[in-house]
Amino acid sequence: MIKVDNIHKSFEKNHILNGISFSVEMGDKLAVIGQSGVGKSVLLKHLNGLLKPDKGDVFFDKIKINKISYRELRKLRKNMSMVFQFGALLDSLTVNENIALAFQNNSDLSSKKIMKKVSQSLDLVGLKDIGNLMPSEISGGMKKRVGVARAIITEPKYLLYDEPTTGLDPINTDKINQLINKVSTKKMASIIVTHEIKTVYNVANKVIMLYDGSIIFSGSPAELKNSENKFIKYFITGTQEKE
Amino acid sequence: MKKIFINPIAVIIDWFENIGKYFQLLVRVFKNLEFWTSYHSNILDQMIQIGSKSLPIVIITSLFSGMVTSVQGAYQMTSSLIPNWYIAGLVGESVILELAPVITGLVLAGRVGANIAAEIGTMRVTEQIDALETLSIDSIGFLVFPRIVAGTLMFPVLIIIADCFGIFGGWITCVTTLNLNTFQFIKGLRSWFNPWDPVFGLIKAFHFGFVITSVACFFGYYAKNGAEGVGKATTSTVVISCIVILILDYLLAEILL
Repeated sequence: MIKVDNIHKSFEKNHILNGISFSVEMGDKLAVIGQSGVGKSVLLKHLNGLLKPDKGDVFFDKIKINKISYRELRKLRKNMSMVFQFGALLDSLTVNENIALAFQNNSDLSSKKIMKKVSQSLDLVGLKDIGNLMPSEISGGMKKRVGVARAIITEPKYLLYDEPTTGLDPINTDKINQLINKVSTKKMASIIVTHEIKTVYNVANKVIMLYDGSIIFSGSPAELKNSENKFIKYFITGTQEKE
Repeated sequence: MKKIFINPIAVIIDWFENIGKYFQLLVRVFKNLEFWTSYHSNILDQMIQIGSKSLPIVIITSLFSGMVTSVQGAYQMTSSLIPNWYIAGLVGESVILELAPVITGLVLAGRVGANIAAEIGTMRVTEQIDALETLSIDSIGFLVFPRIVAGTLMFPVLIIIADCFGIFGGWITCVTTLNLNTFQFIKGLRSWFNPWDPVFGLIKAFHFGFVITSVACFFGYYAKNGAEGVGKATTSTVVISCIVILILDYLLAEILL
């Protein structure tokens, strides 16, 4: 279980997170929604220790990840993966090498077995024949899918998605949403930062909404849909209600 | 720049903070090292990037610095009391002690330092470094350590090559325009030669290699604010590396000569 307990975060004079608390259980697919710049990605980066809160704690299976050493944090990270907004593939490596990076220092597997897993992982995301291409030779949507392939190859317990569908056309958005559903299992928890309502309805079973550094909604996608809160309605429909 | 006039104390504090962060980074480089086998292919790649790809610029700069030293040496030694072959001694000593290490260092601060800072800086602002961290890879060990090791090992090699081409450039000028023959040139070189001098040049090269690569990695690793930040990191790398090279050049001469 990942538990976030009253975390606060500021960058210089900007207060981004003001007392955020929630928890994620195995099998959950939690969507974190909110306007651009509200701190969704900042929140996500607290969950795998890329950022440390100014106040409050983040628990990973009851371990406070903001209080452990760097070596311990690296061990814990073997249980979680992250899909980045623009893929974050290393420019100097091929697609195959990017995915195999997940096994750098972390596996006793032979290079033959690693390459087999890489091709299985690429197959799963529907990108069979691009292993030898460089990231600059593939499209934005493909980069995101390669990012997913890299994230799932180690079979992590927690999978974090940072805006996986941003900037994609509706067809690629749907492909990514289907992919998230396909790779999610009951032994895995997924946390998806997004501002795509379609992703929330098609993928998530839990939603939290951030506004002004705090959580203003926590519930199921159906409850979100039926919310009477004006701001939430505005966010979902994209049109402001007339007074 | 405005900040210096508005709040000079904040600028000084920033400087000290950056110096502290630089040494923290160096400690982290060596603290979290894995097995040597994890890095050797990366180190070899970087040795090719830093070493063999710098050869053309090193050869051109050292060749011309040797040639110009000959011409200027001849211009200074117009007295008939000074034998012509002294120019060769002057060329040899100048190239080995100062010109090859320092000019090569300054040129490589631009070529190698800027390249490393831009590469790592871009990786920072495009979240590639965060991606490495989430894959449980120590990003500093993966990116910084191989570059520092490769730079520190390859700079002395480049300086040896610069020494050879600098002297070769001096010889070309001496025999073609200064009425010196090869025998006289070698006599001049040998008469002023001190075995400690090339060793001193290599000690400098070792230090310059470490400084250029570590400063570049530092500015690249902590780059922020997108493309503008990468540009700033690159500029800072070149400026700071050049200043540190000149300071180190003086300090090493003071201590070791």
